[in-house]
Amino acid sequence: MSHQSTYKPGSAIERWLDRRLPIIRFSADFMEFPTPKNLNYWWTFGAILAVCLVIQIITGVVLAMHYTPEKNLAFDSVEHIMRDVNYGWLMRYVHANGASMFFLAVYIHMFRGLYYGSYKEPREMVWILGVVIFLLMMATAFMGYVLPWGQMSFWGATVITNFFTAFPIVGEPIKTLLLGGPSVDNATLNRFFSLHYLLPFAIFGVVAIHIWAFHTSGNNNPTGVEVKDVKKDTLPFHPYYTVKDGFAIAVFMLLLAAFVFFNPNGLGHPDNYKPADPLVTPPHIVPEWYFLPFYAILRAITFNIGPITSKLGGVIAMFSSIMVLFVLPWLDTSKVRSMRYRPVAQLWFVLFVIACVWLGYLGGQPAEGVFVIQAQIATAYYFAFFLIILPLLGVFEKAKPLPKSIADSVLKHDKPTATPIAQAAE
Amino acid sequence: MQMKTILRPLIAASVAFAAAGAAHASSAKVEEYKAIDWSFNGAFGSYDKESVQRGFQVYKTVCASCHAVEQLSFRNLGDKGGPFHLDKCPEGVPAGTDCSTPGSNPIVKAIAAEYQITDGPDDSGDMFQRPGLPSDKFPRPFANPQQARAANGGALPPNLALVIKARHDGPDYVYSLLTGYEEAPASVQLSPTQHYNPYFTGDMSQLLKPEYRNAEGHPLDGVEVPLGGVLAMASPLSDGVVDYADEHVPETVDQYAKDVVQFLTWASEPKMEERKSLGVVTMGYLLILTLILFFSYRAIWSKVEH
Repeated sequence: MSHQSTYKPGSAIERWLDRRLPIIRFSADFMEFPTPKNLNYWWTFGAILAVCLVIQIITGVVLAMHYTPEKNLAFDSVEHIMRDVNYGWLMRYVHANGASMFFLAVYIHMFRGLYYGSYKEPREMVWILGVVIFLLMMATAFMGYVLPWGQMSFWGATVITNFFTAFPIVGEPIKTLLLGGPSVDNATLNRFFSLHYLLPFAIFGVVAIHIWAFHTSGNNNPTGVEVKDVKKDTLPFHPYYTVKDGFAIAVFMLLLAAFVFFNPNGLGHPDNYKPADPLVTPPHIVPEWYFLPFYAILRAITFNIGPITSKLGGVIAMFSSIMVLFVLPWLDTSKVRSMRYRPVAQLWFVLFVIACVWLGYLGGQPAEGVFVIQAQIATAYYFAFFLIILPLLGVFEKAKPLPKSIADSVLKHDKPTATPIAQAAE
Repeated sequence: MQMKTILRPLIAASVAFAAAGAAHASSAKVEEYKAIDWSFNGAFGSYDKESVQRGFQVYKTVCASCHAVEQLSFRNLGDKGGPFHLDKCPEGVPAGTDCSTPGSNPIVKAIAAEYQITDGPDDSGDMFQRPGLPSDKFPRPFANPQQARAANGGALPPNLALVIKARHDGPDYVYSLLTGYEEAPASVQLSPTQHYNPYFTGDMSQLLKPEYRNAEGHPLDGVEVPLGGVLAMASPLSDGVVDYADEHVPETVDQYAKDVVQFLTWASEPKMEERKSLGVVTMGYLLILTLILFFSYRAIWSKVEH
């Protein structure tokens, strides 16, 4: 950890332990971590995500006690949880809606990092580990959705794993390996259950090093200006951010509870209350809402490019849309971290958010007519933002002057008496 | 101000989800469902217990000959929130019986005993028939899907225990379907096993009479394709087909449909009342917690310039 340890073992037991396993020192330092004093509410999503992960693991472990990963029993075992297990309905609805909330929070968290330049030197590893977590989350959520063995589970798994066959030579073997056979069947269900139980703990591990990484570099902050004076610029994490994050977590829990208790199936698809039937294809196979932007990118490629078929092109575009995030720290050439001081970049960023949300909408629409063209435009913008706009902006954009320090920005920010008069004069 | 900045995107996101859901629902070309103000709608809505009881009677008399309720057991009828749950025993039940447990509920026991259940094998290795017990599942009308199809002109009657949750706007859909049978439009030609319903998903363009279609079989310009589709099930309800004990309740298709939807909604979501009441408590608890945390936050940060 980058800051000086302030922990002083008080008792004989603490001194004894401190020489052997300094776990109390570690925890004390963790809670004392000097955190920029100007973090806004967008920064609370880190803590919210940690809570989401814990909720998913706890509810998931309980669900696994009653769930049966066998193709003829899985669907009914979920209904058994809903009907016969004490508070089973609560566990399942929290787990299902918790996944949606987890993705909502992670998207906000990523947009925050993007806006405030949290991926820039020296936080490249923080960002890259974050993208790894995101990928693991997507894999986990996808496999989790298969487990109830409803119609969307089955056909979603069929469609998604079929993407891999677009790759020449390696495609078919990869698909067979994923499915455990030529098509989605009992072997698929078994391995997805096994991996769905395993991956959250992998996520937990990567989250730990994600936190380690930004405890080494220090938190970014809305100004993007590095901490100059720990005394003036920072506050200890506890109690200042434990209480602020705690408040934000409580608000977020209200949102989760509103879905769980009053509209628990609102984010799901009715077809998943029909048992999987390999002989009946649903009219519209749609993934969960959090995958829709990527689904739209996949289907936006409707044309062949030389030897690359539209199918392979779509798969490449979809994978690239995430892979491009790994190299983002080196694509953005601007020396200024926070877009707060980049007026032009701000506009492109807003357009980028709109493009992502729009792709999400298009992913839920049939891939025909105007929707395809719109998806192509939005996809083109998605990639242009990373590959053209961010590299060029750093060269051409003239940034606003940066505050001298975090403390300085806070002081300027907080003179409410001065501004209304100035505005009135205008 | 800070509260607003955090809430705005969350609200925007929830609105976006809702819109995405609505977009799904509008994709099929069917008549817009009749919107009923169900007693179970809304955050505080609950089942109309008497209606659920009558709906069970409709299911038992009419639907059960073809449709299973696969996930339901007799005991569920006597569960807390179920249509025949009893808080205390009626007269004539031996003292010391706890009728609030479904296994001892005399109504549930009587309903179960009306059915014959295959059990076994017995000591000589044979299967045998016995009257049903509360712990038994509702027997299915057909031994397997093949038998069900053979008896229904190739169509498979869906399981009704989850039908409400397995359809968009389930309660309104099922009500609209049951009350929505009508004469097929003159422009289509139906076989005797096809029954027209404007609320059923289908493609009526394939059933247009030849004079309304071109050489490729597509509808001619200006020909309106009727909404809805055809299903193998003829209108199952007709006025007076079920005798209600309460003579104040009308014995009409409309009333039967409302009652059976109440029963089926309960069947697909039996814990709804428990869920909503726990939800109110949870929201209240979280709201208080949120306020305490907010004021703690204000207090702790009051001396910091930020």
